[in-house]
Amino acid sequence: MINLSRRKLILSGLAATAGASGLAVVARLSQKYGLVPPDHGGIYGLGETLTYASQRLLTRHSLAREFPHSRISPRPFPNEISPLTEEFKRLQGGRFADWRLSVDGLVAEPASFSIADLKSYPSRSHITELACEEGWSYIAEWTGVPLSHVLNLVGVHPEAKYVVYTSMEPDTWDSIDMADALHPQTFLCYGMNGGDLPVRHGGPLRMRLPRQVGYKNLKFITHLTVTDKLKGFGNGCGSVACEYGYAWYAGI
Amino acid sequence: MAKLGSAQLPADASVPSRASTAVTKPAPRHSALVRVTHWITTLCFFALLVSGIEIVISHPRFYWGETGTVLTTPLFQLPIPSSRKSVPTGYGYVLPDQNGWSRALHFEAAWIAVLTGLLYVISGLLTRHFREDLVPSRADLSGRALLISFAKPLRFERPSATEASSYNGLQRLTYLFVIFILFPLVIWSGLAMSLAFASAFPWSVTLLGGRQSARTIHFFVTVALVLFLFVHIAMVCLAGFWNRTGAMITGRTATRKEHA
Repeated sequence: MINLSRRKLILSGLAATAGASGLAVVARLSQKYGLVPPDHGGIYGLGETLTYASQRLLTRHSLAREFPHSRISPRPFPNEISPLTEEFKRLQGGRFADWRLSVDGLVAEPASFSIADLKSYPSRSHITELACEEGWSYIAEWTGVPLSHVLNLVGVHPEAKYVVYTSMEPDTWDSIDMADALHPQTFLCYGMNGGDLPVRHGGPLRMRLPRQVGYKNLKFITHLTVTDKLKGFGNGCGSVACEYGYAWYAGI
Repeated sequence: MAKLGSAQLPADASVPSRASTAVTKPAPRHSALVRVTHWITTLCFFALLVSGIEIVISHPRFYWGETGTVLTTPLFQLPIPSSRKSVPTGYGYVLPDQNGWSRALHFEAAWIAVLTGLLYVISGLLTRHFREDLVPSRADLSGRALLISFAKPLRFERPSATEASSYNGLQRLTYLFVIFILFPLVIWSGLAMSLAFASAFPWSVTLLGGRQSARTIHFFVTVALVLFLFVHIAMVCLAGFWNRTGAMITGRTATRKEHA
């Protein structure tokens, strides 16, 4: 039934070779231009890579939608948090005066900041939507210092590719690429709707990334590490969430 | 009645030419590209449906507008248990969280479905597949012809050989509606739920009435697609399941011998 002439065979062979080498070139270029996410392995790697690569090509600099004051949700839903540790309660007792954010890794000068230090830098606010991967969402005004400001203070090395951020909640950390770390709306957030960031919303310090869903917006941030590779952090796929099967890139 | 129905079929005009080529080699009922893209889409649709249901279970409440949480009034809530204990469902238990792989599978299947769909639409335009096989003729669209195409399957009347070699007006309209309205709408409302996509293309959310509206539209378009699937399978069964399925796999139809 199948009529394979020699010409057809040669043509198909050439096409297959061209296709394979084309794919290899695309893979090399994608690596070079940072279009491959750390969780690109496994059966869902194809989807994760297509999503991350196209988002980076289309949305690297775009700004999350901002809303007028009148659109702020009257009752922002505080998602469940782990039981507060003794250490947290001690810091809370001292009104977080002793809370420290330490920064290390590929930086010129590793440093440590108090909440008061962070508040002394030029503050920024945006009224943006926090959307959970489950489906719900609300709008709030978020105030903080852009992460890029703190990264500039410590002097990030040019080979830096990711910022790993760690929460005080046990075994909770995540990471973002430099496009998101340096994005003007990415905040180390300490204020919400005009007041201090409530503990149930991640106070005193939360990572606020309005272009990624809730689970990337970790609460209770204590530590930042700037790095060029995620190997060595957990199982290397970039976050704890990822180890539970959740995508590292969550702009979708 | 059956005679009247088949007389209105536009395919009749092309039957002589088809019949003459059939002497040497029968033309396939469906082209190879239609067959391959059909089955890839089938696989993706089931993956999207299963993972989509799983994602909905984590928050089976729907809202209209931009925002919505368990603290606001929903448009409606599905009467099912949830995989999150923060959602009040009336059930005394919480299902296990399966959103990790569900989201990954949902987006991967969406990518494959969208790329397959693009291939199908582009080739369908180039090969005149839409114009020849799916755009209805004026005769197809007469109220009487549409009524007959609607009434016949309801009386469990099998299509004749001539009818089975093409689509009637109602089928053509339905396929065009699914391909050019429902699928684009489900892709659009899905993309609108991506925070990063919405940052680059804010109108994609605003035009749908907000993020939660996009999610609700995504849900209802899915319901419409599932209804289409049920009718589609029912019609395939009516016309002869193995015959029709075989035509979509091999391209050939058994020459109406399914009773033998």
